[in-house]
Amino acid sequence: MSALAQPVAQSVVQSIDWLAIAPPTATAVVGLVVLVADLFVPDAKKAVLGWVSVAGLAVSALLLLPLLDGDRSTFCLTGDTRVCSYTADRFTLVIQFLVLGGALLAALLSVTALKDGRRRLPEGEFWFLLLSSAAGAALLPASRDLATLIVALEVASLPAFALVGIRHGDRRSSEAALKFFLSSVTATAVSLMGISFVYASTGTLYLTQVADRIQHVDGQLHTLAQTGVVLTLVGFAFKTAAVPFHFWVPDTYVGAPLPVAAYLSVVGKAVGFSGLILVTVVAFPSYSDVWGPALAALAALTMTVGNVGALRQQATRAYSAVRLLAWSSVGQAGYLLVPIAAAGYSKDAPKAIGSTVAYALMYAAVNLGAFAVAALVGRTKTLNRIADYRGLYASNPLTALLLAFFLLCLAGLPPGIIGLFAKVTVFSAAVDAGLGWLAVVMAVNVVIALFYYLQWTALLFRAPEGAPATHRVPAPLTAAITLTGVIGIALSGAPQLVLRFAATGLF
Amino acid sequence: MIDINESVMQFLLAFVVVGPLLGAVAALLPAPPGLKGKSPEQAVLRHGVTMTGAILVAAIVLALGFDHDHPSKMQATTDISWIPALDVRIHLGIDGISLPLLVLTALLTFLCALYSYFKPPAGPTPKAFVALLLALESGTLATFAVLDLLLFFLAFEMVLIPMYFLIARWGGAGRTQAAWKFILFTLLGSVVMLLGLLLIGIKAGTFDMVALATDNGRSLTTSVQVIAVLAIGIGLAVKTPMWPLHSWLPDAHTAAPTVGSVLLAGVLLKMGTYGFVRILLPVAPDGFRTFAPYLAAFAVVGIIYGSLACLALAKQGAKGDLKRLIAYSSVGHMGFVLLGIATMTPTGVNGALFANIAHGLITGLLFFLVGALKDRTGTTDLDALAEETGAALYGKAPRLGGLLAFAAVASLGLPGLAGFWGEMLALFGAFDPANDLSRPAFLTFMAIAAFGTLLTTAYLLIVVRRVCMGAVPQQAPRLADVHTYEFAAWTPLVALTVVAGLWPRALLGLTDPAVQQLLAGGTR
Repeated sequence: MSALAQPVAQSVVQSIDWLAIAPPTATAVVGLVVLVADLFVPDAKKAVLGWVSVAGLAVSALLLLPLLDGDRSTFCLTGDTRVCSYTADRFTLVIQFLVLGGALLAALLSVTALKDGRRRLPEGEFWFLLLSSAAGAALLPASRDLATLIVALEVASLPAFALVGIRHGDRRSSEAALKFFLSSVTATAVSLMGISFVYASTGTLYLTQVADRIQHVDGQLHTLAQTGVVLTLVGFAFKTAAVPFHFWVPDTYVGAPLPVAAYLSVVGKAVGFSGLILVTVVAFPSYSDVWGPALAALAALTMTVGNVGALRQQATRAYSAVRLLAWSSVGQAGYLLVPIAAAGYSKDAPKAIGSTVAYALMYAAVNLGAFAVAALVGRTKTLNRIADYRGLYASNPLTALLLAFFLLCLAGLPPGIIGLFAKVTVFSAAVDAGLGWLAVVMAVNVVIALFYYLQWTALLFRAPEGAPATHRVPAPLTAAITLTGVIGIALSGAPQLVLRFAATGLF
Repeated sequence: MIDINESVMQFLLAFVVVGPLLGAVAALLPAPPGLKGKSPEQAVLRHGVTMTGAILVAAIVLALGFDHDHPSKMQATTDISWIPALDVRIHLGIDGISLPLLVLTALLTFLCALYSYFKPPAGPTPKAFVALLLALESGTLATFAVLDLLLFFLAFEMVLIPMYFLIARWGGAGRTQAAWKFILFTLLGSVVMLLGLLLIGIKAGTFDMVALATDNGRSLTTSVQVIAVLAIGIGLAVKTPMWPLHSWLPDAHTAAPTVGSVLLAGVLLKMGTYGFVRILLPVAPDGFRTFAPYLAAFAVVGIIYGSLACLALAKQGAKGDLKRLIAYSSVGHMGFVLLGIATMTPTGVNGALFANIAHGLITGLLFFLVGALKDRTGTTDLDALAEETGAALYGKAPRLGGLLAFAAVASLGLPGLAGFWGEMLALFGAFDPANDLSRPAFLTFMAIAAFGTLLTTAYLLIVVRRVCMGAVPQQAPRLADVHTYEFAAWTPLVALTVVAGLWPRALLGLTDPAVQQLLAGGTR
């Protein structure tokens, strides 16, 4: 007993680098503060909670600045200080920036949505849930052991279920939440089982140690380890909404409040693929012959199913705009998976991963921009059909031009130059790894995707039906649209800002 | 010809590429005080004319300052790093191959803007029209000026959206379908092309066209070259267009507004053939050699197919559309260009480049004329125009009829006009192809292509007979003859067609040294 207790006691007394863990911690603390403050803030002043949350997310993002060197880690083993549970390397920082920035933009959208839907959405709970989910999502890329990874994944997911179902008495909302919850929990359970197999065969949870030991697994345990690897991936594939784990997406996006859908489409995906990257490239590099082809097939399927699904949306159906964005986000998840799959074939895996990160940054900015415009249009046209966007240029030229820009970025055609070059890096990763067939599948998908993106874009400039209704755009929405627009245009002028991640290793 | 400071040349080339883009943005903004004109429409159309005019002047000054003694040397070069991560450099430059295309583009766009100023296109606001026209110009000029593979791809893609909207918003019947067909075909081709470009860039370690041309494929294995040429070739062949990938072209031309057709035929198609000469020939010669006979075969089929399609359209009772007919004739003409390139000889490639320019001038003129005809008669349907005996344009509008006959005769390749030399040289090239290519095969191609010229003559003469000749009915309304602004827009094309026909050296002297150098691997 005492022999066991001694190392335990030693490892409990860890020095914690508070600065390194500040970004997720600050987010979580602000979340708690908002929850408590909700009890004391009178109904008329609930809007304060929103601004506190926005400020909290901004501060958390700023807290990344002192970490820019990317050499901090904490919660390390006392015996071996190179084995840590939390690492703030460059990969972590970029994904944390993406997560916190995405959450910030989603929060800006939510401020207006909550104001418009007064008394239908409980504000304190909403902000608490959003911030806790963001905290989990920010923790995930920093996790370097399987247990922390799963905890972070659940911290990011559980509040998201509640957020999806937050509209009391709305049948669609509750149904969406239930769908999301059941499928997600199943995936997590499968993932946990996989992790237990991996633990059983290697005896460790630390990713780097897993990577070492899994190569020398006893012959008898080989199948166990292999099954473990595959099952672990399943949970993360679900989060990225990869086919066949995508079916929850359209209904969930439509059922959820629009800002939550925007949040899920960007932050939810970031959680999924960063977990996937950590598990594949850091923990199981020696099993690249297993996950490489699996992810390549998954990527091809995901983009094809997503784009065909988006193609089949009818412009006049209710909520078709959100549905289309949901399906297109499935398609985009396919592109995000391509470099991860390529990392399985390539000698320089971190470089391939960089392409995913660069693409994700581009996708986050322009997709949130598209959602912001959708939120704006949704204020006057609650059904949010694609047909409702007809003639947007006549009533709101700047917004229409920006939405056109966002959509063409997603399609990857000039004037969306950053979209084009982000696609080029993904293609380049695939070609570099010798995945010619995947590149060709992606090429066909780019053409399919262009069809629906351009159809929507063209609609913006058609003559409007009836007189164009102009209304004042609320400040938070303006801020979100401007911010994403400025980012998108700045990146189009200087793509190097995000593409540099594709050139250098992030780990 | 005249000595211009190198940094001025650099600035001019950069201005030619970026200027139209800035002009496009400016077109969307409200006109500044003092430039408001009679109405916002008039102001923005005038902005289009001044902007394209400025670009044309810059392009002409570039041509004058170009060192004509060393046309094979890249001149007015700029080389700035843009995206180090992807190794993309803003590398601009012109040599004897790109200079004529650059000037042709600037000229045609200016003439289109001028024509639209007096004859605004029917459709929504001209504001967007001018902006799109300028964006299109920027994309095409960039295609001919950039020397980086990825930048070339960017420029190649840049024309898609403007052209799509030009067809879809200002086009005629069936425009939506035609616009979709145009953009989906070209995009599919260009994405496949991107894969080939990436393959070359990754295997050779650079995306720089000059470096790659100098390397002449030495750092690429034959299998890489074969795959790359196949992928890039498909993309360029869709754009050119090569039979059987041409099917978007007739629809796009038929539906596009006059100005759109002129630019599509005059400039956009050249981007494809330019890519063949600038990228495939020097960068992956081994791969190109593998496919050269197939390319030539497809080209020859295209010549015959285009001519036969035109003959069928020109027949009485076929309800042939004149614009469609010219579009099919483009397939045939571009067949000659591709045949010339496929020979891999200086003669053939020079012929191809010459035919390129000639086709731009003549077909541009033809589309202008047919557009004018449509404005006057309201139709481009040959049967409706010609009725029983013929449309008798000579009688109703003699100048217009004369110009149409001139353009048709130039298009069929009458010696002394621009159409002659290019096709002639392409056939010469096929008579004596590069050493490693099968001579008998190319002799056969040459024979078939020569037969194609006969068919071309046949259908163009039928068109002239049915449109220009015929009996003038007594009470027939006279058609308005050529207006002054139409003269202004068409005279440069007519003049250049004659000049290029009588003095081919002006053009060949520019292209030949550059072609020799490209084929020899950039070192000569």
